[in-house]
Amino acid sequence: MSVQTTQFSGGFQNAPTDAAHAFRAAMTVMARPGETRELTGAQAPAPLSEAAATLLLTLCDPETGVHLAGGANTADVRQWLTFHTGAPLVSASKADFAIGTWAALCPLSTYRIGTAEYPDRSATLIVDGDTEANSEATLTGPGIKDAAHLSLPDIQTMQANAQLYPLGIDFFFTNGTQVAALPRSTQISVGG
Amino acid sequence: MYVAVKGGEKAIDNAHAWLAEERRGDTSVAELSVAQIREQLSLAVNRVMTEGSLFDPDLAALAIKQSRGDLIEAVFLIRAYRTTLPRFGATLPVDTGGMACDRRISATFKDAPGGQVLGPTFDYTHRLLDFKLAAEGEVVPVETGAPRCGPTPHITEFLQGEDIIQREPESDAVPGDLTREPMEFPSNRALRLQSLTRGDEGFILGMAYSTQRGYARNHAFVGELRIGKVPVEMEIPELGFAIEIGELELTECETVNQFQGSKTEPPQFTRGYGLVFGQSERKSIAMALVDRALRWKELGEDNLGAAAQDEEFVLSHSDNIQATGFLEHIKLPHYVDFQSELELVRKLRREAEERLKGEFTAQEAAE
Amino acid sequence: MADDMKNTGNARKEWLSLMASAPEAAMMSLWNAVADRPSFEWLRAPEVGGAMVRGRMGGSGAPFNLGEMTVTRCSLVLTDGTVGHGYVQGRSKPKVEAAALIDALMQTDAAEHVQSQVLDPLAVQIRTTKQNRAAKAAATKVEFFTMVRGED
Repeated sequence: MSVQTTQFSGGFQNAPTDAAHAFRAAMTVMARPGETRELTGAQAPAPLSEAAATLLLTLCDPETGVHLAGGANTADVRQWLTFHTGAPLVSASKADFAIGTWAALCPLSTYRIGTAEYPDRSATLIVDGDTEANSEATLTGPGIKDAAHLSLPDIQTMQANAQLYPLGIDFFFTNGTQVAALPRSTQISVGG
Repeated sequence: MYVAVKGGEKAIDNAHAWLAEERRGDTSVAELSVAQIREQLSLAVNRVMTEGSLFDPDLAALAIKQSRGDLIEAVFLIRAYRTTLPRFGATLPVDTGGMACDRRISATFKDAPGGQVLGPTFDYTHRLLDFKLAAEGEVVPVETGAPRCGPTPHITEFLQGEDIIQREPESDAVPGDLTREPMEFPSNRALRLQSLTRGDEGFILGMAYSTQRGYARNHAFVGELRIGKVPVEMEIPELGFAIEIGELELTECETVNQFQGSKTEPPQFTRGYGLVFGQSERKSIAMALVDRALRWKELGEDNLGAAAQDEEFVLSHSDNIQATGFLEHIKLPHYVDFQSELELVRKLRREAEERLKGEFTAQEAAE
Repeated sequence: MADDMKNTGNARKEWLSLMASAPEAAMMSLWNAVADRPSFEWLRAPEVGGAMVRGRMGGSGAPFNLGEMTVTRCSLVLTDGTVGHGYVQGRSKPKVEAAALIDALMQTDAAEHVQSQVLDPLAVQIRTTKQNRAAKAAATKVEFFTMVRGED
């Protein structure tokens, strides 16, 4: 039988195992800024990448507000996300997770950065797609032996975010089936 | 100082194997099945579901079997299992007015519409041991009557008609969830009720009893107690409408308290509320009394300094898993902690002895 | 989508609700007697989870969280594209699969057959159980009679 594609397609084939593998990859890249991992298993409607779709299914549930920024906010994506995660769709200022291209996600000032008592009550951004306009950055800090390298969309903005530590936003970067991450604890300098 | 030790592994494995054997007991006696526990120890099952905060009679029965009947250990097993479940969402609030009542009594109105239905109660038994149960017990056929159809209205509705009882403000606000966000004080009634319903029955009972004995001046009547099944509905996003996702047995208690009025509120009857899984009427009455005692602030009552009026005291100590976790951890190895304590006490002892000796010498010299 | 077009609302709510709390043994024995099973693919394989049950303060006031219940759900698609969803109380994967298949079939030409062979007899069984219980409760209703009424 041919696979019928419906608004409900594109979930994990084996949710517990797939989600556990994906979580391991997500945790590894967040713990070791600069490293990239493969992230596969879920297919979302366009324009979301496979890595972004897999990340959403792994991290979101009915208690995490998700903001779909710009072109990511389509009827198909909304239905897909609701069916597979039950996550409520919220505005940028209330989001636990926000997803879209870098341009669509900006400005960062709209997202929650946590409070002194609960720094974890902050947004995690999933920057999905094209990295052509990115420039090379050198990363140092927790989880990095000596130095690591990652190409980032806007180094100045990222540096400003790191200044807020222990408050601030954390980032995943997804492209195709690849994921990398940048936590707020990482120090960033220009150039490779 | 840091000391890493190994070597308990074999002893632990052997202890667990022996535990399994002891759990089974004498093998010449038939083994209990989970279904037997579910059907024949159902009030224990209800307690484990309520305090474990998970309605699933089969799981609760399994936990009771595994814990050898230690209900707090069984609650612990259920709480641990619960954390592994993805949460699909929250249900619509259950409509207890639509309950199919097995039992429904009121201590305040004899002739309540719907009547006084005793149900399968221990009340009016003589609390004499029934040695027939020690032999094979045959079940006597149960009498039946003409079944009543339609919902049974809440008794407080009649008092509301006369406007002589405090009204519950209507709202659909999303309640806080203490299993998701850490408790902060002052809290609110939604969090208090969640905490009381999953709290330890013995603790809630003790607190409730203290209010009856005068610590918080709280003279309650059971306005209504009802036990029965209610359907549970949840919105299903992929369907676009709500469906029933199951049916729960619940016990609900509404207490009515005389209230002489305060600076902000007129004389009226006030209310306490208890709602728990399964048939657990002692717990639901106790919950309602403690709920009422904790409402002193909104009613403009005086804080009499009673423990049952202190929400931080009640909510911080009602959870038997938190309590037993902290209590029982002190039996686990504290070798390093204790080593430093030992050194400290020896040092203090030495200093005290030297001081005494010094004083003694000074005294001798003076003489 | 076939899913959105047909049978939204009351009828579908009714059969899904019936199956959610139906006794598993009764439902499965009726379902197992239905011969022709359609082939399907999973959209969401059976998954055991929880739902937070809410009550209302005083029975009618603001909501509060009472505790969770176990729920199992799944979604599947038949070869003709009909989508079936299942939500049942408890942790039974065979039961939720049956519920989703029945939900799908109830949107096809097989609806009448499934209704008469599974859903109708199941509803009768459940109603009988409930009535038997209500009849026992009715026998424990107190019939007061006044012995003496006076002012002393």
